[in-house]
Amino acid sequence: MRHTISVLVENEFGVLSRVSGLFSGRGFNIESLTVAETLDPTVSRMTIVTSGNDQIVEQILKQLNKLVAVIKVVNLTGAETVDRELVLIKVNAEPETKAEVLRLVDIFRAKIVDVAPRCYTIEMTGDEEKINALIQLLKPIGIREVVRTGRVAIARGM
Amino acid sequence: MKMTGADIFVRALEDLGVDVVFGYPGGAVLNIYDSLFQNTKIRHLLVRHEQGGVHMADGYARASGKTGVCLVTSGPGATNTVTGIATAYMDSVPIVVFSGQVPTLMIGNDAFQEADIVGITRPCTKHNYLIKQTKDMARIIKEAFYIASTGRPGPVLVDIPKDVLTGSAEYHLPKEVKLRGYHPNYEGHQKQVENAIRMLLEKERPVLYAGGGIILSDSSSLLSEFARILGIPVTTTLMGLGGFPGTDPLSLGMLGMHGTFRANMAISHCDVILGVGARFDDRVTGKIDEFAPGAKIIHVDIDPTSIQKNVPVNIPIVGDLKDVLRKMIKLVKGTKEAAKYRKKIAPWRDQIAQWKSTHPLAYKQGKGRIKPQYVVEQIYQITKGDAIITTEVGQNQMFAAQYYLYDRPRTFLSSGGLGTMGYGLPAAIGAQVAMPGRLVVDIAGDGSIQMNIQELATAVQYRLPVKVVILNNGTLGMVRQWQELFFQGKYSQTCLPQVPDFVRLAEAYGAAGFRATKPGEVPQVLREGFAADGPAIIDILTDPDAMVYPMVPAGAPLTKMLLV
Repeated sequence: MRHTISVLVENEFGVLSRVSGLFSGRGFNIESLTVAETLDPTVSRMTIVTSGNDQIVEQILKQLNKLVAVIKVVNLTGAETVDRELVLIKVNAEPETKAEVLRLVDIFRAKIVDVAPRCYTIEMTGDEEKINALIQLLKPIGIREVVRTGRVAIARGM
Repeated sequence: MKMTGADIFVRALEDLGVDVVFGYPGGAVLNIYDSLFQNTKIRHLLVRHEQGGVHMADGYARASGKTGVCLVTSGPGATNTVTGIATAYMDSVPIVVFSGQVPTLMIGNDAFQEADIVGITRPCTKHNYLIKQTKDMARIIKEAFYIASTGRPGPVLVDIPKDVLTGSAEYHLPKEVKLRGYHPNYEGHQKQVENAIRMLLEKERPVLYAGGGIILSDSSSLLSEFARILGIPVTTTLMGLGGFPGTDPLSLGMLGMHGTFRANMAISHCDVILGVGARFDDRVTGKIDEFAPGAKIIHVDIDPTSIQKNVPVNIPIVGDLKDVLRKMIKLVKGTKEAAKYRKKIAPWRDQIAQWKSTHPLAYKQGKGRIKPQYVVEQIYQITKGDAIITTEVGQNQMFAAQYYLYDRPRTFLSSGGLGTMGYGLPAAIGAQVAMPGRLVVDIAGDGSIQMNIQELATAVQYRLPVKVVILNNGTLGMVRQWQELFFQGKYSQTCLPQVPDFVRLAEAYGAAGFRATKPGEVPQVLREGFAADGPAIIDILTDPDAMVYPMVPAGAPLTKMLLV
């Protein structure tokens, strides 16, 4: 099962490699990982999407907690959370397909952020299913490149 | 008043009560050595190889319970420490290793003697640091010692660039350590402890399974008290030897791959296991799916990651063993239930006694070649079980675990987790530095001893009278044993026909050398060697066909033991 884990870490050099090294060294899987500073500039937040059975995920949470540079670990899976991902898609825009691209952008409430003579760059945020759906629909038109941020998540309310 | 980084370094060690440093100088740490030159409080021992230095700090820590310290230069000095650090990490030994580093501005430029030691040791340290500014030096040193010695102990590496040593700052050693991400939990949950005792008392075939945590937490007397109150048999892991008296009637000896028949049978047939400070590692459990099939498991450990890692646990308790065992004792001491329980489980103890009498540890010493088991038994008798024993890795280690009975903690020092050949001699030196009055004996093999033999020079230089007993069979015995059992006796690269003359080698180093070639000579030669003034090598030519039994083949269940 997939899990989204939110990890508060000391904002110092080497922390990312401590965390990623823990995953690789113990054979845990990383599907995506994002890091950025929080409101407190001495603290960063990592959002890690991983998968494994209950026993593996329990180990992942405990092992993360064991790192001295890790301040707090929260498993957002199953909790009431909002999660989003941002994607940039560079797609072919030939005269005969431009209209279709624009229509899809409109339907998905995406944006076109760059226009070149024969291609558009689309920006969209959403959950993973929505992003996958857009990519599937754009594929027949000709996707040149896709860049995704990986998932970020936050607990609802509270 | 401002001080140089090097002076801050030495002053901080002094203020933290460090009295011994095992080290090796080099370009990047010259300033520290210059500061140490004037110092009278810190004793520095010049080792012969940095790996030896780390093992010495490790042996010092295991024998004394204090944090061991090692100091090395950058680059190769630092990379040479890696095996020693990984050894300490696997066995949770509190040491702090300081490495020199090239100046901060040169880091990343492939400078002379540069190595990214913080990157290299990240997975084998409890934590590590690169000090970037002189003003952080004292605080980081304080934190390093705090992290190494608290919670589940472990090695910490501190990397110090040369310009941080030459720079200057005010000296300020913080009184307290504040780390947002590090709060070891010492208090066991009272309700869980009560649940554990309730579960234990409901059962009829209990086993106490104790690991190295008993020794690390200095709670072996509490363990003995608890076991005796309820009359529960105790088995220990390799790391736990000495954590419960080996001569106690409740002792089952070691369990696992080369454990005793009774220990492995007991753990396989029990209905409840109380695991304390142990981690259910593969050498202990054998085939994990068939481990203790009928048992409920209560697991106490200070490290939450140890719990539920290898086996599913019914009652987990995170906490310091001292705290948890005290709470457990309080619940049962002097109670009627305890007396009733002791009686209730008497048939179980009888069953174990029967296993012991039908399948004791055994070997036959004839008139021919010397059996290694016999040598270890003789060492036990001559030292009256009172020596500090270190081991190398392989058959020597297992015989030392089986045929010497350890009654006290911190008397058996061995690389259990990593299995580092070459550990025994430097660890013995470190232990001897910590315990100057004690007899320290390294039980070695002719393969292992050659991995750090250079440290004999250290022992001679500082007049540290460690004794090395080499079970010299001219082979890499344990690997050969596997080849004998599982590879049709094809001894691929396990014969050591070119073994040095260890007596003359000892003499070349300025130590004493002794040799026994016949069984009858063994006691006398051991006595002479132990009585020698300084360090000594006692070379004993043993039977290469001797094998360590019982043996549970890797991946087999514990009940499938090969017996003699």
